[in-house]
Amino acid sequence: MTSILYLGAAVCFILGLKRLGSPGTARSGNRLAAFGMLAAIVLTLVTENVVNWGTIVAGLAVGSVIGAWAAVRVQMTAMPQMVAIFNGLGGIASALVAATEIVVDTDLSHLPAETAISIIFSILIGSITFTGSFVAFAKLQGILPGRPLKFPGQQAINVLVGIGVVAVSIWAALAGVANAYWVVGGLSLLIGVLGVVPIGGADMPVVISLLNSFSGLAAAAAGFVIQSNPLIIGGALVGAAGLILTFQMTEAMNRSLANVLFSGFGTEGGGGAAGGMSDLPVKRATPDDAAITLGYADSVMIVPGYGLAVAQAQHAVRKLADALESRGTRVQYAIHPVAGRMPGHMNVLLAEADVPYEQLLDLEQADPQFAQTDVVLVLGANDVVNPSARDDPGSPIYGMPILNVDRAGTVIVVKRSLSPGFAGIDNPLFYEDKTLMLFADARDGLEKTIAALKDL
Amino acid sequence: MSPLVVGITVFVLASFVGFEVISKVPPTLHTPLMSGANAISGITIIGALVAAGLGASFVAQVLGFLAVATATVNVVGGFLVTDRMLEMFRSRSDREKQKK
Repeated sequence: MTSILYLGAAVCFILGLKRLGSPGTARSGNRLAAFGMLAAIVLTLVTENVVNWGTIVAGLAVGSVIGAWAAVRVQMTAMPQMVAIFNGLGGIASALVAATEIVVDTDLSHLPAETAISIIFSILIGSITFTGSFVAFAKLQGILPGRPLKFPGQQAINVLVGIGVVAVSIWAALAGVANAYWVVGGLSLLIGVLGVVPIGGADMPVVISLLNSFSGLAAAAAGFVIQSNPLIIGGALVGAAGLILTFQMTEAMNRSLANVLFSGFGTEGGGGAAGGMSDLPVKRATPDDAAITLGYADSVMIVPGYGLAVAQAQHAVRKLADALESRGTRVQYAIHPVAGRMPGHMNVLLAEADVPYEQLLDLEQADPQFAQTDVVLVLGANDVVNPSARDDPGSPIYGMPILNVDRAGTVIVVKRSLSPGFAGIDNPLFYEDKTLMLFADARDGLEKTIAALKDL
Repeated sequence: MSPLVVGITVFVLASFVGFEVISKVPPTLHTPLMSGANAISGITIIGALVAAGLGASFVAQVLGFLAVATATVNVVGGFLVTDRMLEMFRSRSDREKQKK
């Protein structure tokens, strides 16, 4: 009977995820999944032979307060950091479940092989997810530099730690020594740090998706440890979801997962030396020029990037769009899959500014429209609109699908300076005849443009 | 069938269900999908509750407490923040309705 009720909770997860797939039903889907979770928790507390209520109540209380506080307080621009932390905590929870199993078992040497292996997987994946997510958080939050961190002997150390964890895992499973399991945990925590440190900020959409998948797999592994189907089902669902997003992101960058994880893509300094184009003339524009160009356009396509999130400019964008629409201009948004720091980051920001989701176009929807668009407004995006990816086989980002903004009548780029994007590659778009460069912080530039538009 | 084989069967089938259900999600919903999925991975809280409720040694209790607390942050925070995000996703018609 209990198993049937747990199955009901799992069905709630599946139906909830399905409803999360469409804007109209997504909110009810999330609530259905939350209901399934609550039911599973109550069921566990009722049916399990709980001796120690104090520990449970304390854990639930502390976790609820912290979780609710974080969820209510977080800014939408900081959503990637928030999801990274939640992933990490989910991962370590699964590792701790397995760790408790080791402490409770007095005779580890008689553990069935499958349990021992499940415990190792839980600890391994959960711990990697934990430290990996916190390093990702630190990079996104600016605590650690966003560029790839490299040091001498990095490869050798990674290989050694990798071999070490496999060897100790085998020892733990065969000998049944508690200390061996702890060493697996320690090495796994180290792997999480070593694994994410050399990955650059702009590759975070891939990293967060992958860690999301890992947090699911860790839960599934914990499910094997305590032989619980809801954990296995829930974990497998999340593992699959994270993996799908991971591959959608790498596809959008035209790179393999291995390339993202191991190549240390991106420049060390993010400035100056790269590219030889910086001496070419650009057309500078003032906010007044931008207002005139936008104000007399019939159609405008806005292309947001990470700079929009950094400048917290989502509300200013919406105000500009409203001003243009009141003049009869058609406004749409083109969103590249890897714009921002996590999948769908830009969409959430624009939703916060109350932009209707019908106006947000993805890569395929936007592509045929550029040729018929009068003005494209690029806000804090760079590599995703770089024509080198299409035209220059020698470019490091050659082959990455881009938004072909240079096919529109005029392009206005709002950017703080001419510095190359994350990939450290100069962007020929900036030097084109049809491109106007408005050097400003995204929010500041937009607000001045809106003011100028009113005087038009 | 041994419990291990049953577990593997469940895992493989659930993975396929996950791939089927999620592969057609539009990019607009990728962030809430991820944070909602993340909250679901907090199902490990069940294991945490069992571990914390055993009433074993002090070390086991500390580990159990930490497991429950971290999993709860994941569950409560994950579902709430997803709800907060989804509340903002509005269509043009929703927006007009609200204005009236």
